[in-house]
Amino acid sequence: MLRLERRPEASQLMSYASPAIAIALMLIGGLLLFTFLGKNPIEGFKVFFINPISDLWGVSELLLKATPLMLVAVGLAVGFRANVWNIGAEGQLVAGGVAASAVALYFQESEGAHVLILMVIAGCIGGMLWAAIPAFLKTRFNTNEILVSLMLVYVAQLMVSWLVHGPMMDPDGFNFPQSAMFEDSALLPLLFDDGSRVNLAFVFAIGALLAGYIFMFRSFGGFQMQVAGYAKDAARYAGFSAKRMIWIGLLSGGAMAGLAGMSEVSGPMGQITEHVSSNYGFAAIIVAFVARLNPVGIFFASLLMALLYLGGEQAQQYMNLPSSISNVFQGMLLLFLLGSDVFINYRLRWKEGS
Amino acid sequence: MESSILSSILFATIVAGTPLIIVALGQLIAEKSGVLNLGAEGMMSMGAIAGFAVTFETGNVWLGVLAGMAAGALMSWLFAVVVLTLMGNQVATGLALSIFGVGLSAFIGKPYEAEILPTVGAIRIPLLADIPIIGNPLFNQQILVYFSWALFGAIVWFLYRSRPGLVLRAVGESPSSAHSIGYPSIRIRYMATLFGGAMAGIGGAFLSVFYTPLWVEGMVSGRGWIAIALVVFATWRPFRVMVGAYLFGGVMVAQLFVQGSGLEVNIPSQFLSALPYLATIIVLVIISRDQNTVRLNAPVSLGQPYRPDA
Repeated sequence: MLRLERRPEASQLMSYASPAIAIALMLIGGLLLFTFLGKNPIEGFKVFFINPISDLWGVSELLLKATPLMLVAVGLAVGFRANVWNIGAEGQLVAGGVAASAVALYFQESEGAHVLILMVIAGCIGGMLWAAIPAFLKTRFNTNEILVSLMLVYVAQLMVSWLVHGPMMDPDGFNFPQSAMFEDSALLPLLFDDGSRVNLAFVFAIGALLAGYIFMFRSFGGFQMQVAGYAKDAARYAGFSAKRMIWIGLLSGGAMAGLAGMSEVSGPMGQITEHVSSNYGFAAIIVAFVARLNPVGIFFASLLMALLYLGGEQAQQYMNLPSSISNVFQGMLLLFLLGSDVFINYRLRWKEGS
Repeated sequence: MESSILSSILFATIVAGTPLIIVALGQLIAEKSGVLNLGAEGMMSMGAIAGFAVTFETGNVWLGVLAGMAAGALMSWLFAVVVLTLMGNQVATGLALSIFGVGLSAFIGKPYEAEILPTVGAIRIPLLADIPIIGNPLFNQQILVYFSWALFGAIVWFLYRSRPGLVLRAVGESPSSAHSIGYPSIRIRYMATLFGGAMAGIGGAFLSVFYTPLWVEGMVSGRGWIAIALVVFATWRPFRVMVGAYLFGGVMVAQLFVQGSGLEVNIPSQFLSALPYLATIIVLVIISRDQNTVRLNAPVSLGQPYRPDA
């Protein structure tokens, strides 16, 4: 019978091939899903994966959607490398969006670049503060950061709901739960003047990926976190501070998620509503894993994940399917990836009897 | 406070605590075998939509609960394959299961969003239900409330009084030792995980078929995660799971308390809704402050992959 056998050493090849296998399996799963729903699978595939990027506008939308994913994923990857499980990026993103919006609304009458600069700072700090709660509780009381950061997602969503129903509500907005539209000085400048919505945040994202790369592979701190991720005891023996890693891991995730929140309210949204995030905080976790916690990989995985978002919108529009089909694809992708990762350390062998 | 208000608060608390008990006890069994399944939120969501859809289509509540159970078990089987057979990371896989389950349930549930199920009648236990104040909350309840108590009894007996329960705990402490004296550690972990999934499915079905009774995307709203926190809070002991679940149930119906108190308080509803999540954090802090309690009670192999060498 077929058995799994441990490889003498981990397969470098498989650690890169595994995401490709997972993507292939996800596509097959998608074809089956379309068939099962009584839709033509080829048609579904085309609507989902080809149509969204068949023109320049589509590609620009892809970059727009991928931007927050890149930001959040690279921030999370820093922590994930040291097994610091920040699952609450969604909440940190909302907190950053709220903080940035507060600045935008405070400076409504104000012109000049300082508004945007302050919004960026506020966004990062907002996200960091939200992430500092699990970091503090983890380092001080050893409280599980997964559960705490996750609970704070719900708290953040309730907070923004309260704010847009109360203090931040547009006074002239006919009681809609949303803020006033931001002034131009509080909006991120567009990168191209061809009508596309790609804005300065994309540059932030590329910068964050570069910074993440340098930290992870070219700095001692990044090396320490890598060691801690592979062998906790070795890191402790070498005297690397576990608490410091927890703080770095969570704060980097929080800062980037907060910046992503800022770039949403200050970019495509132009105001704050109850729906600051479209699940970017959770999708970015998948991005980080599919990318093997590598910034180069995160760039491409974010594009793929963004395509799943756009595909979901298309499927809703043209195939009358709920847009939550995106989440189904995203979840499938991660499950397949985690499953096919077994072949990094194991191989299939045919064994007689036993 | 009037006794009728007290009685109705107690009633609501027990109802709100029930899904937490069922889900958390299921996770307790899985964790006792060493499997940490963070996918409870996804399994509950799938249980909720499966339960709702089948009840709606067939008109039969029992088929609905069974469907919820099956959906939860199926999800946990998926988890078990990745984690136990393919040795995937338990934390990441559980997370994936949550994302997948919440997404898939939203997808499946779209056509049911505007529908409402008829309210399921309570089962009244004669005489006992006539006891003032506590009679109605305790003995005039949905059948799944009674089920949660029976489940508690069964699990206490299983874990501490039966041989299979002993084996299960042994696997959770040291799967290799259990394996070396002839117990199939992996198969036992499979069964424990499936049981946890089935219970999460029933918990989800309770929400959509008995509690609300309707289907809304995201209606599980963190209860799966709270149930996981509850197991930690209870330091893996069934009785504490019960107590904790009712405490959380009480926090969840805090709005009733505020109304019942007759005070003129002007608290935004979002603050009251945030209480269960904040309470979860506070409780986790209190329990983790003393690391020895957690370490002494947690199954030693919890969350660690195991693969027999042979």
